[in-house]
Amino acid sequence: MKALYLIVPFAPLVGALISGLFGRSVGRAGAHWVTILGVAISFIASCMVMSDVLEGNVFNGTLYTWLISGEARFEVGFLIDRLSALMMIVVTFVSLMVHIYTIGYMAEDPGYQRFFAYISLFTFSMLMLVMSNNFLQLFFGWEAVGLVSYLLIGFWYKRPTAIYANLKAFLVNRVGDFGFVLGIALVLSYFGTLDYAEVFKRAPELATQTMELFPGTPYLVITVICIGLFVGAMGKSAQFPLHVWLPDSMEGPTPISALIHAATMVTAGIFMVSRMSPLFEMSESALSFILVIGGITAFFMGLVAVVQYDIKRVVAYSTLSQLGYMTMALGASAYSAAMFHLMTHAFFKAALFLGAGSVIIAMHHEQDMRKMGGLRKYMPVTYLVMLIGAFANAGFPPFAGFFSKDTIIEALQASQTPGAGFAYWASLLGVFVGALYSFRLVFFAFHGEERFAKIDAHAHETHDKENTHGHDEHGHGGSPHESPTVVTLPLILLAIPSICAGWLIGTVVYGNYFGDAIFVSSGHEWIAEMGQEFHGVMGMMLHGLTSLPFWFAMLGLATAFYLYILQPDVPGVLRQKLAFFVRILDNKYGFDDFNQWFFASGAVKVGTGLWRYGDAMLIDGVMVNGTARIVGWIAGVVRWLQSGFIYQYAFAMIIGISVLLFIWVFDVTALLANWTR
Amino acid sequence: MPTQAPWLSLAIWIPIISGLIVLASGSDRNVREARVIALIGSVAGLLVSLPLFYEFNSTTSAMQFVEMKPWIERFNINYHLGVDGISVLFILLNSFITVLVVIASWEVIQTRVSQYLASFLIMSGLMNGVFASLDAILFYVFFEATLIPMYIVIGVWGGPNRVYAAIKFFLYTLLGSLLMLVAFLYLYNKAGGSFSILDFHKLPLSMTAQTLLFIAFLLSFAVKVPMWPVHTWLPDAHVEAPTGGSAVLAAIMLKLGAYGFIRFSLPILPDASHALSGFMITLSLIAVVYIGLVALAQSDMKKLIAYSSISHMGFVTLGFFIFNAYGVEGALVQMISHGFVSAAMFLSVGVMYDRMHSRQIADYGGVVNTMPKFAALLMLFAMANCGLPATSGFVGEFMVIMGAMKFNFWVAFLAATTLIFGAAYTLWMYKRVIFGEIANKHVAELTDINGREFLVLGLLAVAVLGMGLFPFPFTEIMHASVNDLLKHVAASKL
Repeated sequence: MKALYLIVPFAPLVGALISGLFGRSVGRAGAHWVTILGVAISFIASCMVMSDVLEGNVFNGTLYTWLISGEARFEVGFLIDRLSALMMIVVTFVSLMVHIYTIGYMAEDPGYQRFFAYISLFTFSMLMLVMSNNFLQLFFGWEAVGLVSYLLIGFWYKRPTAIYANLKAFLVNRVGDFGFVLGIALVLSYFGTLDYAEVFKRAPELATQTMELFPGTPYLVITVICIGLFVGAMGKSAQFPLHVWLPDSMEGPTPISALIHAATMVTAGIFMVSRMSPLFEMSESALSFILVIGGITAFFMGLVAVVQYDIKRVVAYSTLSQLGYMTMALGASAYSAAMFHLMTHAFFKAALFLGAGSVIIAMHHEQDMRKMGGLRKYMPVTYLVMLIGAFANAGFPPFAGFFSKDTIIEALQASQTPGAGFAYWASLLGVFVGALYSFRLVFFAFHGEERFAKIDAHAHETHDKENTHGHDEHGHGGSPHESPTVVTLPLILLAIPSICAGWLIGTVVYGNYFGDAIFVSSGHEWIAEMGQEFHGVMGMMLHGLTSLPFWFAMLGLATAFYLYILQPDVPGVLRQKLAFFVRILDNKYGFDDFNQWFFASGAVKVGTGLWRYGDAMLIDGVMVNGTARIVGWIAGVVRWLQSGFIYQYAFAMIIGISVLLFIWVFDVTALLANWTR
Repeated sequence: MPTQAPWLSLAIWIPIISGLIVLASGSDRNVREARVIALIGSVAGLLVSLPLFYEFNSTTSAMQFVEMKPWIERFNINYHLGVDGISVLFILLNSFITVLVVIASWEVIQTRVSQYLASFLIMSGLMNGVFASLDAILFYVFFEATLIPMYIVIGVWGGPNRVYAAIKFFLYTLLGSLLMLVAFLYLYNKAGGSFSILDFHKLPLSMTAQTLLFIAFLLSFAVKVPMWPVHTWLPDAHVEAPTGGSAVLAAIMLKLGAYGFIRFSLPILPDASHALSGFMITLSLIAVVYIGLVALAQSDMKKLIAYSSISHMGFVTLGFFIFNAYGVEGALVQMISHGFVSAAMFLSVGVMYDRMHSRQIADYGGVVNTMPKFAALLMLFAMANCGLPATSGFVGEFMVIMGAMKFNFWVAFLAATTLIFGAAYTLWMYKRVIFGEIANKHVAELTDINGREFLVLGLLAVAVLGMGLFPFPFTEIMHASVNDLLKHVAASKL
């Protein structure tokens, strides 16, 4: 069995190494075959692991000892339980789809082999993250996926926006990691180990222990640990206020937006908190904090999606909003619901992103929806997939998103944790906004007037946005047409679970699928209570039709229909009437400007100031060169005394002898002694 | 105990003697011979230091490979050598870096080749001597003697402002170490006429004496590390030094100061170390935060890496003065790792400088278009410089942060800011130099690294990754000695 566990992450790694290091020898086809083979093997192995895990087997073992220091052993090892098995399936499946899709999307790119190497390397890192049995390896995977994300956002390294975005993504993630490392360090210093099982077993010992961060104000140690860890999740899962990197990450090629910035990497934070549920369950304050952060992200980031014109950015902000839902679920102790939404979201969001990518191919790398419209008759498969994605994203039954989102909203309603009330309303309003932006996208891009003809003359200008791409193949002037099979096949394969994955809710959420992998403390068992009232998928759907979230979603759909199908002129008028609010949303609440001004420029200014005035003026100018000057001055004085003229020396000697004689004759020392007495 | 070959003496004298042979091989007419002899000498130096690692007994904290011969009997000064789990790794690191520096200078240095190579070989032997000395005077002699070849390297092969930099380097460091000699003489009298460092370890000392001795040691070692605020010689020295000089200076010479703390200050003066630990930690944290910000403001690549070195060395001194196993072992690992990473960074800048004759970030841009292999390797080193897991740079930083958390939350908090600052200054530089469109015609004419450069950087890449993925052997070898050290530090001498 252990060999199987090894195959899962290492098959993609081998593919990545071959494609990355020997890209020239294996060629383009070689690169995509070897990496797809690696990921396919990994997917099959994951399925085998899953079937084994479903029989009730759990594996927790060490691969090798990384380091021993003091009393702690730092190890690399696997914990294979139902939680990690689910993540393994999701990661390898979406990754496989994205690998296949990439053959079509990157067909003309000169960095073809490099791209395959990166996405396979990403798959390896993500698997190491989810399969870890300790905090150290978790952090390894955590940083490794961050690195690959950095490399992929900056994949088109000639574009200034791309290399700005990747640096920004890395640094914002580092701010999260800063908290994450402090959390890990606290775990190590209070438990003496980083092994999950050991830490969770001994966690109750810490229930009432406090530490004084500031003199006189004790905090629960467990709260500080959890908030530290959650700050890491805020970075990786793009939660307010560390969300700023995710929209910019759309500068990367679309396949990685689907794989990394929607389906898998950004959900690492959600997975991590679920994994740490025995710790988080002990801190009510941390859970409240999570609820509020998730609520803000779910509603306010969804709102930004409504005013975006870039098709990828709409999907990106929708990802932020959906991640907010998962975060809120964590705060409401509904870990299984969060994980379930993570899974359904991985499918429908990957479908939406890859669908957007298919549109982008057809539009010759134009991403502005104002230059699209009426695409549904040219690309029916893409349209259908996008429509399914929109329904799932907006949470309509029977699509996958309905089941996961509805469960989360109900759990928020049931939750007694402080902050749950706010989160509940944020989630309800978020449903309205979610339906609005989802269908706005579909109606704007696929229905209505065909606006692309007007811009075809300018197509050349926009080509360099995604450089080096094969516009020649797609031809100019002709109408857009459906993408090739390598592109549509993954779309269809992702659309299927976008519809059906939700039907598993009876097993995954209410069927206690996760078992011991997730811990919920006795006061927080709202999901279990809801499970009492769960009577099958059909029952849930019928109940859903009469509940508030459904009507909020309907309202959103109707609004989108009115604004973009019935009265396409109204949005323009609204934009002018509500210019003030639109500007706030267009500026994304001003976070980017503030961060740029305060943190980026501010740090460089402070650094320059310290350097100019601290190092150059004070230390070097006054202390170092000042010492040199004093030495020089003393030397100058001494040099003046040593003039080399005999008569000056003789004169000085005579004065000296006179003074000595004077002292001796008049007994000055005795006089002085008397005088001072 | 079976008779051993005198590996330590060989590790010291083989480089020095080959350096003298290279020097004697003469002028610039037969540079090829000089290079070959230097390469053979440096490789031989590395080979004789390998048994130190393989035959090392990591279960004991006692000194191993001990050699003892009277040197100046009148003052009981001995040629007394030996290594423990702390010093043995530095001899290996030093011998390894020397080989790389000799290869890296192959075609680059064209004037006074034999003198240049001889300086490095002799310096390498002398630095091995510092790490192997168990006699204070022998230590002092080696410690001071290393200044001379580095002074010559900066002053002769350096940049336009080399004379200022060389003199600043020399005076700064010399001034500090004079007080160390005074401290040694005091300890010599206290120990009843012995210069043995191991005797010093057992010596009972009053608090006043400890404090004064601590300050004397601090001045000499802090300059060398360098700690804030006596660091300003380092950026100047690095900027003016030739590539090899910068690499050795950052990789090995800075470690002499840190090594001094752990060999002298901590075990000989445990009470003063504890009493002044708050002060030392403060200085270390200033190095991490203040210098991290200053590095962000640099426009010269070498200066930026120099400041980054100071910031990373702040982690070393921080690790020492929090007095726990994570901290001390983390600091030692950080020293080794910084040896690899800083050498790699300076050698990489050298690769670009050899082609463009500029160190200014603004003169570059889009280097990846013309030097993709180089860009990939530099990416690895840049990531190691910001402490990414699976590179060596992570191990030490992580362990020191873990140790700091055991000591105090806020110390760990400030130390962990390096995650942000380190990434900011390193990757911002990488972005401006490597990414983007080709910035100018000089960048367009760049050629990718040749086989020799690939060999040097590739070996460092293997070291960086190897240590990051499997640091176990590095810490395994130091456990016994670090535990012994911590025992010494914990036991009061009052």
